[in-house]
Amino acid sequence: MSGDHILSVDRLSMRFGGIVAVNELSFNAERRKITALIGPNGAGKTTVFNCITGFYKPTSGAMRLAHDDGHAIQLERLNDFRISKLARVARTFQNIRLFPGMTALENLMVAQHNALMRASGLTFLGLIGAPSWRNAEQAAIDLARTWLDRIGLLDRADDAAGNLPYGDQRRLEIARAMCTEPALLCLDEPAAGLNARESAALSELLLSIRANQGTSILLIEHDMSVVMEISDHVVVMDYGVKIAEGSPQHVRDDPKVIAAYLGADEEEAIAVMESGT
Amino acid sequence: MSAPPAAQTSRALGAAFILKKALISALVALVLFSLMIGVRTEAGPEGHLIYWTRFGDLAAMVATVFGGSIVIELLRQWWGPVGTIRVVPPAVQGTLSLAGRLIAPVLLVFTFLVPVIFYNERYILDLGILVLTYVMLGWGLNVVVGLAGLLDLGYVAFYAVGAYSYALLATNFGLSFWICLPLAGILAAFWGVLLGFPVLRLRGDYLAIVTLAFGEIIRLILLNWQSLTGGPNGVTGIPRPTLFGIPLSAGDDGLAAMLGIEYSPTHRIVFLFYIILALALLTNWVTIRLRRLPIGRAWEALREDEVACRALGINTTTTKLTAFATGAMFGGFAGAFFATRQGFISPESFTFHESALVLAIVVLGGMGSQLGVALAALAMIGGFELFRGLDQYRMLVFGMAMVLLMIWRPRGLIGHRAPTVFLKHNQAISSDLVKEGHG
Repeated sequence: MSGDHILSVDRLSMRFGGIVAVNELSFNAERRKITALIGPNGAGKTTVFNCITGFYKPTSGAMRLAHDDGHAIQLERLNDFRISKLARVARTFQNIRLFPGMTALENLMVAQHNALMRASGLTFLGLIGAPSWRNAEQAAIDLARTWLDRIGLLDRADDAAGNLPYGDQRRLEIARAMCTEPALLCLDEPAAGLNARESAALSELLLSIRANQGTSILLIEHDMSVVMEISDHVVVMDYGVKIAEGSPQHVRDDPKVIAAYLGADEEEAIAVMESGT
Repeated sequence: MSAPPAAQTSRALGAAFILKKALISALVALVLFSLMIGVRTEAGPEGHLIYWTRFGDLAAMVATVFGGSIVIELLRQWWGPVGTIRVVPPAVQGTLSLAGRLIAPVLLVFTFLVPVIFYNERYILDLGILVLTYVMLGWGLNVVVGLAGLLDLGYVAFYAVGAYSYALLATNFGLSFWICLPLAGILAAFWGVLLGFPVLRLRGDYLAIVTLAFGEIIRLILLNWQSLTGGPNGVTGIPRPTLFGIPLSAGDDGLAAMLGIEYSPTHRIVFLFYIILALALLTNWVTIRLRRLPIGRAWEALREDEVACRALGINTTTTKLTAFATGAMFGGFAGAFFATRQGFISPESFTFHESALVLAIVVLGGMGSQLGVALAALAMIGGFELFRGLDQYRMLVFGMAMVLLMIWRPRGLIGHRAPTVFLKHNQAISSDLVKEGHG
């Protein structure tokens, strides 16, 4: 299990009262690679995401994020916005969470909040219109413009995000997450609700993010065509535990994965589980 | 002016729609009124039924409903949200949008000239000062409610803190208005942060109730801390503001004597008018600037979606606290001005009624819109004075006007949101998309 891991999840558990949503889950996400987290509905994938991105505090376990410069952060010790601000982990949501009443451009500007706050001298330099602030603002607009161009929304930059078609909103949310300049990008079902053409465009976008920005990507996905096409590594979960991991091809042929997805008789499933452990 | 074909069809469609709607209304009115108005029945002298018809009245009623329905529908399309089919001719629309763009500068110039035009009308000048005070309070609260989406029912607390700060500092330590003004703002901002901390986790109704309680707590403290605030007797003899240390009084050292002109009490009123105008414009300028800075965008993002804000690394705690502090600071400035203008303050001036009035101004103006808030303050305070002639019906008429306005424009006078930054064209965002905040 050696290799350059950006994220190492070690025996992560999350309980809600008596329900064990995630049970002793361990997996690694490699640097500059796309890692997919798949599994049937209710397997606990989004719970893992919420733990990694600080929305839940895990019951037990450790999550270690190693930055490019060797600086490592234990994610379970940070909470809330600090995960994004200090650990530079960005995320998108299963049901899109844009700022609907703000324009596409404004959405991307809000994403650069922390950098802009520093540049505006905690607002005071910005209030008097200092030149350093103006330059920083222009740079932020340029970065937003670059991303709008990459997701093909430059023409709709000044439209309210809530007015954009569904597929565009999905891409805008990814661009917004990328505007925080993350080390790890967590995508929760980015292809949900997209048609085949939009899914293909999404795959292309994610591959280009990996290639050009060098961002490591962790994604939850149900759309197997996307998973098989772009992921370097796949982790399969069911009932809160990891049942398989490996390359897409390897996982696809795993009998436990097939059983989990297609459903198997209870005895058969138990037999499959026992044979694996 | 030839409109493109698409516009033509949509216009025709719109006209047909309006006619249909008016016809249905007229039909309903006909059915209803044919018995209520069309046939009049009465008991005759011998107890038998006598009746007669009033088809003329009936026809008039139905025609009124028909015409009224068309007029209301046209007005709704005029004022309604963008994107609906419009029957109003483009020329009229153009004039209206021009008027919309000109209204702010025209209003500003007019406000500057009010003391010149109405120099001899003390009543109008006093009313102007009152309206401007509420414009400023509205703009201050707009930061909290309109931008950050945090419902604050206790805004008057900061107004009170500002007023008492100036009153006590000036009467006890003899500090001048211009030194106390920033102090009052800072103290009010401090109280804003103090209120902000316990309510950070609260949302919606719970937040509203706690802020309401906070407003009452401040008032009760002012009422009961007799040794400091004088309790219900209030603070008297609050000094008037000076112009760089020169008092505007009748004495030999007064401004009038120094300029060699005859003293008139109106000088001070005009002076106060320009002070509050300057303070209000400062509030406006700062708010407009803040909206275009990261902090302002974070406030609006917080109103739109707090969870997404956290995912983007925005510290929602400090963002909320700065919104409370900024709004409170402007409330404190307005309070200091109120104290110096009245010369006397007591807890009676800071009841929940004031909070409700300022909140009504913000909601009526269209949450987040600076011009809307100014217009709403003018309508609420000025309109209330306008109806003074109606005596006991004043509140009734005023209430009805408010209800009608909210039916007509549920998102306030100016419901559109103007983007803070744009690449190519600056287009307003329809109020349907803009969230009202949830906490």
